[in-house]
Amino acid sequence: MNLTVNGVAHEVESGPLTSLLDVLREELAITSPKAGCEQGGCGACTVLVDGVARRSCLTPVASVQGTEITTVEGLGSPSDLSPLQQAFTHHYAAQCGFCTSGMMLAAQAYIDGGGSDGHEAIQEAIAGHVCRCTGYVKIIDAIAAVARGDEFDLTVTASSAGMVNLGGAV
Amino acid sequence: MTQATEVLVPTSPDEAAAAFGDGSGVTVIGGGTIVMPEITYGRLKVGKALLLGKAGLSGVSRNGGTVTIGAATPIADLVDLPPPLGPCAANVADGEIRAQATLGGNVCAGPGPDAPRGDLQGPLLALDATARSTGPGGERSEPLESFLDDRAGRLLLDVSFGEPAAGAFAALDYPHTHEYTVLAVSGARGADGAVRLAATGLADHARTLSGDPDAAASEVRLGDDALASGWYRQQVLPVLVRRVLADLEEAR
Repeated sequence: MNLTVNGVAHEVESGPLTSLLDVLREELAITSPKAGCEQGGCGACTVLVDGVARRSCLTPVASVQGTEITTVEGLGSPSDLSPLQQAFTHHYAAQCGFCTSGMMLAAQAYIDGGGSDGHEAIQEAIAGHVCRCTGYVKIIDAIAAVARGDEFDLTVTASSAGMVNLGGAV
Repeated sequence: MTQATEVLVPTSPDEAAAAFGDGSGVTVIGGGTIVMPEITYGRLKVGKALLLGKAGLSGVSRNGGTVTIGAATPIADLVDLPPPLGPCAANVADGEIRAQATLGGNVCAGPGPDAPRGDLQGPLLALDATARSTGPGGERSEPLESFLDDRAGRLLLDVSFGEPAAGAFAALDYPHTHEYTVLAVSGARGADGAVRLAATGLADHARTLSGDPDAAASEVRLGDDALASGWYRQQVLPVLVRRVLADLEEAR
């Protein structure tokens, strides 16, 4: 089987009913899609299939032959972050990072579909994604910022720019 | 890593029916949302797999007041339909799952290990839908209720129903961290004025209800699972029935 991931064509040897997640991680060593629940419940494995957000753990690789797969590695690079990656950095939208790649691809599909900066619509777009750190507020802020077209100075994070002193000993 | 000995990807409904044959030893994969975890975790050994994604069994069509929905239609394609089916479809899991999961997989799903499944069975029962399937003995069309009682070994091709005069749907909210409907009631008033109600979230598959809220809990089997106890469902079912009846009355 042939699979195109982030613009690169691969010949895949895994069996046709192997999950796309396992093919990406185990055969192609593309590890941004995370193996969380592996039953479609957490969203950590979400990738884009022809631009549509899809749970790779629920997708037999045979069903995506001939499609374009995009993972976080395909959004940008460390020296040239995509707008969403910049926004997640600026708004400090990642804590442990386990959900981040799935969140980011769901968000990318939302932005590409013309999504607005309305928090309710963004919540609906990422409803299938569980953040174990419960850091949803900053994730939603980051997605809204991209929907608005905000630009970011990554030498200053949103949290340091708008820091509030809540008191107490450090 | 699980290997199927044979994976078939039919490109037409006829090819799908021929490949399915009498269904013996065939694992049907629509969107994969139910079957794939079973394969990945090794609970299901697949001998022959039938991938329905390219079989031409997807789509919603209307003809003279009859709506027909192909079995491989993604649930996301149903959310804009009128109640009870549209709101029920919108209540299934999240947007990504709805885009991947199919009507056929949902209708044919048995109860899960820790939660009921088959949300769409309820509205389709309320709509008095007909199920067209193939399998042993060839193709047959029958009321959905009888299909649900005897669906093992059948390949669902499509469901059809008359457009209702009014419809309503009421469900218990489910927590963000779980994707299955705890309990739901669907209702439809047909063009002839007859009202049909059905419940999902039961111990087996969806069932029709008489429409008497006080009798509802005794008309179905309510189980205990990870989402709710049978006792809790008993208390809430009459409330949902009354809500659906009120909405149907309001729609007059």
